[in-house]
Amino acid sequence: MALLELEGVDAYYGRIQALRKVSITVERGEIVALIGSNGAGKTTTLRTISGLMHPTTGSVSFDGREITHTRPSKIVELGICQSPEGRRLFPRMTVLDNLVMGAYTRNDKAAIASDMDRVFTLFPRLQERRTQIAGTLSGGEQQMLAMGRALMAKPKVMMLDEPSLGLAPILIETIFSIVREINSQGTTVLLVEQNAHKALEVANRGYVLETGVVVQSGTGRELLASEEVQKAYLGM
Amino acid sequence: MSLPDFGFYVLCATAIVLLAAQAVIHPGEFVQVFIFGLTQGSIYALVALGYTMVYGIIELINFAHGDVFTLGAYVGSAILGFFAISEGGFTTVNLIALLLVFPAVMLVMGGINVAIERVAYRPLRNAPRLAPLITAIGMSFFLEGVMFLWHGPATVHFPDILPKAATTVAGVFFGFKDVFVVVVAAILVALLAIFINRTKLGKAMRATAQDRDAAQLMGIDINRTIAATFFIGALLAGAGGMIWGLYYNTVYYQLGFRSGLIAFTAAVFGGIGNIPGAALGGLIIGLIAAFSDSYIGSKWTQVVVFGILIGVLVFRPTGLLGMRVPEK
Repeated sequence: MALLELEGVDAYYGRIQALRKVSITVERGEIVALIGSNGAGKTTTLRTISGLMHPTTGSVSFDGREITHTRPSKIVELGICQSPEGRRLFPRMTVLDNLVMGAYTRNDKAAIASDMDRVFTLFPRLQERRTQIAGTLSGGEQQMLAMGRALMAKPKVMMLDEPSLGLAPILIETIFSIVREINSQGTTVLLVEQNAHKALEVANRGYVLETGVVVQSGTGRELLASEEVQKAYLGM
Repeated sequence: MSLPDFGFYVLCATAIVLLAAQAVIHPGEFVQVFIFGLTQGSIYALVALGYTMVYGIIELINFAHGDVFTLGAYVGSAILGFFAISEGGFTTVNLIALLLVFPAVMLVMGGINVAIERVAYRPLRNAPRLAPLITAIGMSFFLEGVMFLWHGPATVHFPDILPKAATTVAGVFFGFKDVFVVVVAAILVALLAIFINRTKLGKAMRATAQDRDAAQLMGIDINRTIAATFFIGALLAGAGGMIWGLYYNTVYYQLGFRSGLIAFTAAVFGGIGNIPGAALGGLIIGLIAAFSDSYIGSKWTQVVVFGILIGVLVFRPTGLLGMRVPEK
């Protein structure tokens, strides 16, 4: 059974429908990419999984358990954590305190400390700046902190919303290689990206969203080779 | 430097020069007024902290907060009635009563404020801003109504149980009460600072205030952190009410309206949402009120204080210590 599964999900912002019958599955150990243009419903899909929004119809299940109407704090405890679009750090708290907040639902002190070490190994920059106020970090450092903070929850599924947004090309390379590394260490990744090319390169599978509907899906390679995807998202 | 900033500095400088002149001409009187301002300011600071914490976390100006402060004095007076306290002197019973009743009142007010949040504000969490503001005003009238029904419109006596000890140094009167007020307020503010900066729940409260959605995504139960904020705000307001009662030995049901507004001004003065700002703002407003009372005339004090509120809102809306950290 899939680790994470959305089945026929409809979601609304007020009276505006943002998702129409969206069905997505994420298998254990995969990197799955969700691509699409602005307003296609990528972030809404993540918000629905995180429990910040609830579907009007359809269901979300995780690890064999229905979480359609579960509250966000419980969903984090179950093992889904998100690095949200625009980083959404706690800007007036230190790097260290941001990471501590990532581990909010956990009480295993020793394991938290070893995960903190793991985050500092992945992102040595964060260790150098651990007492700095998060709002004063550079864009790339903020992205690293957002990812590190999500990792501190020790998630089974880590959802990354636009991790490459606004970063210099060299940093984008770093970020994606770290995504691969996190995945190889055993964390399943659900990746939302406008940078379709990069995303499909690292992903095992991908889904293409258009105005709230899944219009295409397949392996990363298949989608990269698909004519529609090339035309619409890869600028070829 | 912008023109509003310039105006702000000129005003501050003028006030400081005038006060310095007084300090040189009549040092004894100046120190006396300063001490009084400090005690007043300590109480305003305790109340202002509750305004600013609640504003920081849900952007609500909790107009009922001043009445929670007053109710603290009412409840304290009622519970003290169960003890065989002796007024006008200080006995062991007084000490025991004080040690038991002070924290009890804080806890009772904390519980009441959590209940207020639950019934009056939480159901309106996602409503337009104006809606909870109106229920806050309604809650304020409700609490005043409760106190009115309880003791009527006249002033209520609060037991006078603190030691009368006092000394006079170079013509300046130092009472035990003054020291008590300032020390207790300082201890509470220090405990609050430790709680907010060092504990997990305190950090979660700050995280919720800075980004509610992100806090939820970290697994923080925001209903819990918001309730905790109301609880702690009311612990301080309850302590403020107790201190007020112990210091002045008299309260009346509309005390919270005027003192609440002054404390709110203090919170805005320090930068609404900013915790150190509220403590500092409370002290400064207390001092300004005391100086205004003796150098300008007490009937002008409200004009001065609310003039400052308007001035801050116009010239420096972020307050003395408003948020200045860049947010990318």
